[in-house]
Amino acid sequence: MGWLRFVLDPPSVPSGVDKKPKTPSTGVYYDTEWSRSLPARLIRRATTVALMKPVIGFFGAPKVIGADRLKDVEGPVVFAANHHSHADTTVLLTTIPSHLRHNLAIAAGADYFFPNRLVGAASALFIGAIPIERQRLSRLSVANTMDAVAAGRNLLVFPEGGRSPDGWGAGHRPGAAFVAMKSDVPVVPVYIDGTGNILPKGKNWPKRSRCAVVFGSPLSPIDDEDARGFATRIESKVAELADEFANGWWQARRNAGSGSTPVLSGPEAGAWRRRWLLGPKPGGRRTTPGPKRWPRI
Amino acid sequence: MSKPRSNPRPGFVLDVDRQTPPILFHHGEGFRLEKLPVGRSRVIYPGEPLHGMDDPDGAIRDALLNPIEDDPLPSLLTPGMKLTIAFDDISLPLPPMARPDVRQRVIEAVLDLVAEAGVDDVHIIAALALHRRMTENELRHAVGDRVYEAFAPHGLLYNHDAEDPENMVILGQTPHGESVQMNRRAAESDLVIYVNINLVSMDGGWKSTATGLSGYEGVKAHHNVHTMRHSKSFMDQDSSELHRSNWRQGEIIKSHGPRIFQIETTVNTNTFGHNGPMSVLQKREWEWSIKDRATFTAMNTGLNAMSSTNRRRIFQSWKAPYEMTSVQAGEVEAVHRRTTEMVYKQHLVPVEGQTDIVTMGLPYLSPYNVNSIMNPILVMVQGLGYFFNLYRGRPVVREGGVAIMSHPTPWEFHPVHHPSYIDFFEQVLADTTDPVEIEQRYEKQFAEDEWYRHLYRTSNAYHGVHPFYMWYWGSHAMEYLSQVIIVGGDPRAVRRLGFKPASTLNDALEMASDVVGSNATVTHLHNPPILMADVS
Repeated sequence: MGWLRFVLDPPSVPSGVDKKPKTPSTGVYYDTEWSRSLPARLIRRATTVALMKPVIGFFGAPKVIGADRLKDVEGPVVFAANHHSHADTTVLLTTIPSHLRHNLAIAAGADYFFPNRLVGAASALFIGAIPIERQRLSRLSVANTMDAVAAGRNLLVFPEGGRSPDGWGAGHRPGAAFVAMKSDVPVVPVYIDGTGNILPKGKNWPKRSRCAVVFGSPLSPIDDEDARGFATRIESKVAELADEFANGWWQARRNAGSGSTPVLSGPEAGAWRRRWLLGPKPGGRRTTPGPKRWPRI
Repeated sequence: MSKPRSNPRPGFVLDVDRQTPPILFHHGEGFRLEKLPVGRSRVIYPGEPLHGMDDPDGAIRDALLNPIEDDPLPSLLTPGMKLTIAFDDISLPLPPMARPDVRQRVIEAVLDLVAEAGVDDVHIIAALALHRRMTENELRHAVGDRVYEAFAPHGLLYNHDAEDPENMVILGQTPHGESVQMNRRAAESDLVIYVNINLVSMDGGWKSTATGLSGYEGVKAHHNVHTMRHSKSFMDQDSSELHRSNWRQGEIIKSHGPRIFQIETTVNTNTFGHNGPMSVLQKREWEWSIKDRATFTAMNTGLNAMSSTNRRRIFQSWKAPYEMTSVQAGEVEAVHRRTTEMVYKQHLVPVEGQTDIVTMGLPYLSPYNVNSIMNPILVMVQGLGYFFNLYRGRPVVREGGVAIMSHPTPWEFHPVHHPSYIDFFEQVLADTTDPVEIEQRYEKQFAEDEWYRHLYRTSNAYHGVHPFYMWYWGSHAMEYLSQVIIVGGDPRAVRRLGFKPASTLNDALEMASDVVGSNATVTHLHNPPILMADVS
C-alpha cells in the first residue's frame, strides 16, 4: 500500500526553495464550477423532487401566492427574499416556478456553508449554493454571483445577510441590487412567511407548521437609481408582499398607495414586546384553560 | 414556453388539386380528415398567430397613463368617487385562456392606480347582459385570485343582474326609438372603466356597455330579426345594423350616462400552442411531420374510443395559450378604431369571388357553452351565426348557395345552463323555424317567463329569451342560403333545426348538387384558428 501513501501524503519541500502559497479552497474561495455539470444538476433535481419536496410538504405545506406574476419571466433573474430559517432555501427550491427553479444558484454564507471541502461540496451539489461573504461585499463574492448569472443561472439571495434572530426583518444590504444592476437582470422580490416556526434559528430539528411564499412582479432599476436606492425599493416591495399575505392584496395596494405599508423590521421596542407583537405561534400549546389544579381557591 | 415562427405567415387561399392532402375538419369534440373535390375547391387558411407583446403588463400601464383622446387614468381618480369596473364575461375568449387572463392583468393594473388614488368605493361587475351568471371558479379565472378574494367576499365583485327591478335604469331613447338601459350602479358611477377582450371585430366599442350592462329592454333594440338581417355581416362594422344600433345607444350613454374609460385588448390566434400535442391542429396539413401525424392519429383514436362525456371534459378543460397583441385605453370610439385594426391584422384573409358551396368544420365550443354542452341550437349559431358571418364585403358563398357544416349535433342540452333552450327546441322549433314568425309568436312569452327569470337571477341559466337571439343570429344566413346540410349530425336534431342530415361529406356534396349543380365550386373555411374572409 506504499503507492497509496505516496498518492495521499504531500511531498516534503526542500530548504532554500520558496514554498508555493497554498491556494485557499474553502469559504468564498470554494470553486463551484463542477456543480453546473449535467450529472450534478441531475442529482440536484432528483434530490429536490424525491426528497425536499415531500419533506417540505410534510413539515410546511407551503402556500404559494403570486406565481402567476412570473409566468412571462424567462430568466435569468435575481430572487431577493426575506430570511427567517434554513428552511427558507428548501421551501424556495420547491416552490419557485419550475421554468426558473431548475437553473437556480443560492448565494450562501461562505463561512457557514463552505467551512470545509466536504460541507462545501454538499452545499454546492444538493442546493446549488455558491459562496459569498455575508459581512461585506467582497470582489470575489460579487464575481461568484455574477459568474453564475452570466452563465444563465437564476440567483437566490437573502439581502438581510442572515436569518432573523427574532422573527422581524433586518435591513436589506445592497448586494442583490448591485449584482442585478451589474448583470442587467431584474430582481423578483419574495416574501416567505412561517418558516421561522418550522426551523427557528438555534434549533436543529424541524416541527410542523404552516408556511407561505409570495412572489412579486420583477423589478428593474429606474432613472438614476443606485444600488442602495434599488435595494431600498426591493425591501419595500418585500414589505408590500408581506402586507398582501397578512391583509389581502387590495388592502396592501391601498396601504402602498398611502405610504402606510407596515415595515418588516418591526417596532422599536424591547425583546419581549417585539415577540409579543408577532402574535401567537400557529399550532402552539393549548390556549384554552386546562383542568383546575389543586389547591382550589 | 412555446416558440412561434419568427415571421408569422399571412392567411391565404389554397386551390385544391390532386396533391392536396386530406383537410382537417373540426367535428365537435373530434376531428375528421376530408378530401375536397379537386379542381373546383379552395381552402381559406388563417394567418399564423401574430407575436404576443414582450411586456404585456408594461403595455397595459402605458395605455392607462397615455390613453387615446382621453385624460390619463390617474387624473380621473379621486378619493370619495364612485367607481365601477366592468369586464367581459365567460363568452370571451374562446377557448378560455391560460392564466393569467388578460382581464386579470388589466384589472390589477387599474386597481394599482385606484389604490394609489385612495378610491374606496369600487364595484367590479361581470357585464354579462342576458348571458348566464359566472361561477366562482370562472370569476376567479377571469379576474385572478387576488382581485376575487379582495372584492367578492364583501359583495363588491358580482355578476350583472339585468332582471333586478331596483338595479336597472333607462337612460333614454335614441332617435330610432331604441331604449338605452343600464345597470344602476354603473349608470350612477362617476366613472365606469370597461375591460374588454376583442376576439372578433363584432366585440367592443359601445357594444361593451350598451349591451353588456343592459337588460331585455335595451338589448331587444338590436337583438332582433330585422337588425340581424341587415347586418351583412355583423363582423363588418360598416355594414352592420347591429353596430349602428349599439353606436346610437352609445350616443345616449355619452349624453345621459356615466363617463366611460374603455380599455380594449386583442389576443393572437394561438389557440392550441406552437408546441405540444395539440399544436398539430394549427399546422397546414402538408407540413405535418411524422410526429404530428402520429400524434393526430393517436389523439383521434383515443377520442373516438371515449364516451362523449369524457371527450367533452377533456376539450372543455383546454386553456388556450393566447398572447396579448395590443392594448389601448381611453375614449370608446377612438380606442375601438385602433382595436379593430389589430383584429383585422390577425384575422383578415383576402379572397376573390364567391363559390356555390361553403364547408366548415364546427368546433366543440361557442360563446354560449363554455364549461357546458353544445346543443343543436348552438351548433346552428356557431355555423350560420359566427362562421358564416366572418366576412367583410360579401360572404364566401353566393346567394342561394349551400352551407355544409360538420358536427355531431347531439340532441343534448345542459339543464342548468340552457333550460329555455330545451323548451325552445322542443316546442317552438317543432312548430316553425321561421325567425320572423318565432319572434312574433313566442319571444315575449319566453322573455317574461317568471321561472326562466328566476333561474337567470339565482342559478347559472341563460335568460329565457336567449335561444331566440341565437336563432336570430343565424337569420341572415338562413335567408341568404338555399340549403344547409350537417354532416355526421344526429338526423332528428338536424331535421328539427330545419336542415338536412348527411352521413359523409361526399353525401352532402351530392345532396347539394340538387340545388347548385353537379360541378359546384366549394370554399372551405379552415379552422382552427378562426379567420375572417375579405371577399372582393
